[in-house]
Amino acid sequence: MDHSSSLEKLLRSVAITLVLVFFLFPIVWIFLMSLQTNETILRIPPSIAFTPIIDNYTALITGQLRTAAGSLQLNFMQNMFNSVLLSVCSVALSLVLGVPAAYAFARFKFRLGEDIAFTLLSFRFAPALLVLLPLSLYFKTLGLTNTYIGLIWVYQLICLPLILWIVRGYFEDISPDIEHAYRIAGNSWWRTFTRISIPLAKPGIAAAGLLAFIFAWNNFVFALILASADKQPVTVGALAFVTASGIQYGQIAAAIIISITPTLALALYAQRYLVEGLSMGAVKG
Amino acid sequence: MSQLAIKSLTKSYGAFKVFDGLSLAADAGEIVVIFGGSGTGKTILLRLIAGVEEPTGGVIEIGGHDVSDIAPEHRGVGMAFQNFALFPHMSAAENIATPLRAVGAAEDKVKAGVARVAKLLKIDHVLNHAPRELSNGQKQRTALARALAAEPQILLLDDPLRNVDAKLRFEMRLELPRLLRQSGATVLYVTQDYKEAMALADRIAVLANGQFVQMATPEDIYMRPATLGVARLFGDPSINTADTAIVADGSGVHAAVGGTRVPLADSYRSLAGRDVIFGVRPESVELGSSGLEAEVMAVTPLNERTVLLLQSPSGWEFLASLPSSAATIPEAGSRVRASFAAAGTHIFDRQTGERLDG
Repeated sequence: MDHSSSLEKLLRSVAITLVLVFFLFPIVWIFLMSLQTNETILRIPPSIAFTPIIDNYTALITGQLRTAAGSLQLNFMQNMFNSVLLSVCSVALSLVLGVPAAYAFARFKFRLGEDIAFTLLSFRFAPALLVLLPLSLYFKTLGLTNTYIGLIWVYQLICLPLILWIVRGYFEDISPDIEHAYRIAGNSWWRTFTRISIPLAKPGIAAAGLLAFIFAWNNFVFALILASADKQPVTVGALAFVTASGIQYGQIAAAIIISITPTLALALYAQRYLVEGLSMGAVKG
Repeated sequence: MSQLAIKSLTKSYGAFKVFDGLSLAADAGEIVVIFGGSGTGKTILLRLIAGVEEPTGGVIEIGGHDVSDIAPEHRGVGMAFQNFALFPHMSAAENIATPLRAVGAAEDKVKAGVARVAKLLKIDHVLNHAPRELSNGQKQRTALARALAAEPQILLLDDPLRNVDAKLRFEMRLELPRLLRQSGATVLYVTQDYKEAMALADRIAVLANGQFVQMATPEDIYMRPATLGVARLFGDPSINTADTAIVADGSGVHAAVGGTRVPLADSYRSLAGRDVIFGVRPESVELGSSGLEAEVMAVTPLNERTVLLLQSPSGWEFLASLPSSAATIPEAGSRVRASFAAAGTHIFDRQTGERLDG
């Protein structure tokens, strides 16, 4: 880096700034919207000069939405809780099932192994709606419609293939000799798996877990079809802002800001594992 | 009873046979070097003994017991890998401590054990470092220390000096025999460096084509190679060879080499008429006033020895290795006469490559 000229440095900063502006502008705009009333948002011409209000946030948190047409009940906080519960449980279950499976696919050659792995991946090929119609019929029969367990089960379609395929690659990168060495040193297969394989694949597991969480969090269509209001996540819950008296832009913006917070926090937290993963690969040689 | 015994071991991957009936017995405390080129399955043999791979057939016995059904962690084996295989997320000390911790040793015993092998291998100053902070030599010593830590009865060393620099390799070659003797373990040491093999081994087992072609002391391997292949593997520069036939007549037994008659021991008379390969080690080529006339084509000084490329009038090129301290080293272009010391000449069957003794 030291030998780069000052012009190079300048150009690099300009490029980085452009990219940041491009990606962050919508978020900043939404954040500004969330602090305004519908009237100031919709005025023409638009202006960034306004008196900030926090009514949108209080409405979401208290669940009372006052509009020109009267008062409306919101269960945004329930949606938020559902989102957290569904995403966390789905990813947790996927990790419990997917990490050992990924290890098996990475280390052992068995009959139909590749076919099974591919089948799991193919869950991601089919459009969700194609799966949903038959699934909703089954769920009715099984009594799983509008249950957390049913939704977490369906969310495995999103999380499991992702975790399986990403983590598998990380396991394959670990030299089998490292595991052999630990076993020969006197440790059982299970201890080797938990003390060597898992810690060494941790960056991959963190990355896969984070991605799966984001996908689960952003899912819309599964919960729309298979759950009703009290079990729906924020993505579906946001539909409530399209009311008889118009679209509540201010509340939608506030809801977006609140609902991206957990994912953002998780991403920031997981970032160090991701970076660690990259640097570990660099020295393995 | 041997400490380690391998009986008609076979291993195949699909149709590819790596081992076709290997047998080997090693006594307690013996150092056996498994020697062979790349791809001969030396590493696989160690893995089979360690139990991380399963043989296709045959028996492996440790301390007189068949270990087929015993998991690697219960075989009481220590192993050092060619690529070190250190645990990247543990410090050097924790790496070395693993075999001690695995048996549930008390903390002070673990500490003492780690300190003991670390001191032995001169890595006590880097015990707190992570593997990525160690030099290759230190990594290699850490891997060795880990294998030694639990004082295993069987020690498997997979070409441990392969990935270290030449200077360190030389030092370790001097240090290792003492270290390994001290450990008291039966050692199987894999290498493809013949000097390493000769420096360390009580016995060398030469692996080729899925079998041990010769199993003998280093002296024997060098002085009486069982096949042309073995003769070529041991020695640098490699043995000189010439296709010839054994002739027996009134004047004695001899073979035509490079246009001259090289006399052979009378005991070769029974092999007269046989197509053979005549081999002579470069260091057994003696320059003097009689013998095969040859022109010196090139002179290459290699530290303590000087290697000459010679050519006989018939066009046979061969090497002679002289001590650099020799009184006179002929110059390139000069003409010399070469004779062959009996101890360094060998006769091999041309078809099978096997050694022929008169």
